[in-house]
Amino acid sequence: MFKFLFDRDTWQEVFDSFSKNKLRSILTMVGVWWGILLLIGLLGSAKGLENSFNRLFGDFATNSVFVMGSTTSKPFKGFQEGKRVQLTLTDIEKVEKNVEGIEFVVPRNMNQGLVVKNFLSGRFNIMGDYPVLDKVQKKKLIHGRFINQNDIDGNKKVAVISEDIYKQLFEKDESAVGEYIQINNINYLVIGLYDRGNVNFGPSEDIHIPFTTFQQVYNQGENIGFLMITGKPEFDIQQIEDDAKLLLKTLNKVHPKDKQAFRSFNLGKEFAKLTGFLTGMQFLTWFVGIATLIAGVFAIGNILLITVKERTKEIGVRRALGATPFEIKRQIVVEAVFLTLVAGVFGIITGGWILIALDSAYGQGADAAIVNASVSISVVFIALIILVILGTLIGLIPAFKATSIKPIEALREE
Amino acid sequence: MLKINQLHKSYPIGDSSLHVLKGIDLSVEDGEMVAIMGSSGSGKSTLLNIIGMLDEADSGDYILDGLPIKNLTEKKAAVYRNKFLGFIFQSFNLINYKNALENVALPLYYQGMKRKERQELAMFHLEKVGLADWAKHLPKELSGGQNQRVAIARALAANPKLLLADEPTGALDTTTSYEIMAFIQQLNDEGKTILMVTHEEDIANMCKRIVRLRDGVIMEDKKVKQIRAGQHV
Repeated sequence: MFKFLFDRDTWQEVFDSFSKNKLRSILTMVGVWWGILLLIGLLGSAKGLENSFNRLFGDFATNSVFVMGSTTSKPFKGFQEGKRVQLTLTDIEKVEKNVEGIEFVVPRNMNQGLVVKNFLSGRFNIMGDYPVLDKVQKKKLIHGRFINQNDIDGNKKVAVISEDIYKQLFEKDESAVGEYIQINNINYLVIGLYDRGNVNFGPSEDIHIPFTTFQQVYNQGENIGFLMITGKPEFDIQQIEDDAKLLLKTLNKVHPKDKQAFRSFNLGKEFAKLTGFLTGMQFLTWFVGIATLIAGVFAIGNILLITVKERTKEIGVRRALGATPFEIKRQIVVEAVFLTLVAGVFGIITGGWILIALDSAYGQGADAAIVNASVSISVVFIALIILVILGTLIGLIPAFKATSIKPIEALREE
Repeated sequence: MLKINQLHKSYPIGDSSLHVLKGIDLSVEDGEMVAIMGSSGSGKSTLLNIIGMLDEADSGDYILDGLPIKNLTEKKAAVYRNKFLGFIFQSFNLINYKNALENVALPLYYQGMKRKERQELAMFHLEKVGLADWAKHLPKELSGGQNQRVAIARALAANPKLLLADEPTGALDTTTSYEIMAFIQQLNDEGKTILMVTHEEDIANMCKRIVRLRDGVIMEDKKVKQIRAGQHV
């Protein structure tokens, strides 16, 4: 049935009628070309944004939640409202043991400190951390290393500092690792320098020192500032947050319905909002792209309709010479599909160029806004299949129009 | 070759209808060369169109080479036209973006003939009308007479039983007309049956038989002594 597609004459006919009306055919194709260009360009950009979000959040375990103690709002078990809730290391152990779906529970402490290096100084946030922090919130180390178990065991006075602090406290080109800085009059050896990246939640974390060192220096005992819980990918982070909070309320003698006793920030939920936004954008892109495409295909149908009208006499002659209505229709449909496909392929190619241009303009470097803007091969195939289907359908209208006129009337046409 | 019996045809015009053919009886033998004459509105073109299966009669019989032509589907009509009939039009009706050879080869294309065979056969017919050297030229690069010869070559290409010519010399000057007529006479000499519509007496007298139509009926049907067009050229 599709043998005619491999017939040179079929294509000769298509080429003849195309070259007869070059300008008009090209103008017609602009609509479809533009539609595909939009589809590819927008889908690629959306993908690039998604990739860039993924890269930014890639350093975070996105299914995680921060929990910190606050003050109660309801009296419970003999305690007045307004009681200060203090999380402890025991809470951590219990949460880790009892809440389902947990991957890591990371206790953290935080304080402010005056940091001095030679004659330069500044107030920064000091974090007391375990090495496991690096697993849930990947540190991009430029130099040196992060805190390790050895530092924890030995309560070592070492510090990992962010690049911002380095810039404020160190001379240009000065090596930070191996130098000493003073935090609240205690000397710490700088062991690592890291890049904070673009996306941060919560207070700015400037200097990380070993958790045990923090405990000792600031006399924290078992108390902890806040904790970070990471869920396994297959578990719902909201459920984990609720379970952990309920357990913490029981442990700290807080009313189960007390909403203020613990403050929390659910990174998973925030991330889901962003992902939802991206999904919405993708949907919009498809909608706009396909709508433009349909408009373009209609333009092709319209032009073919005019062409058929102009070629009425020629069609009449062909029929007098023995062309069957089917042969005439087939030829017009082939022309329609050919025009849409050529326009579509050009659209895909130029869309690809736009993505390449976007990539070289906005896609370079570590904090690029658009990362690897691209469309998958399957999207290209879907677009091509849609084009063929639309081209066929729209070609059928002028095709039937062409053969609806009797050959005798067609021949009379001047 | 061709037998027509009590053929009627009318066209609707608004609420009423125009009775164009009012019972035509006509039979044409193999090898005849017939001119159908009549003033405009006499129904001569309608008759030719019905014979050419481009139009359908309302009633009456039409038998072509023993084959009754009635209630044809468009597809069947197309196949019959291709197989049995060759058309020559007043305005040549060549396809303007195809060269002479491609125009001649077109009926063969619709027969499903292979490209190479088709082009050879088309070239053979172009040679026959003396235009082999013009094979690659577009219709607009050819004179009226040359175009009509290309059209004749195209009509002959599929080796039809019957040649139908609708005012074949209507768009040509006298000298060229006679050239074309000489050529058509030569085809007739070779055995082709030819039916032509004309309103020019001198052209009609170059046929072997003249059928005169008036108001949808045959007024006169007589054999004439053929005037050879070659004498005038």
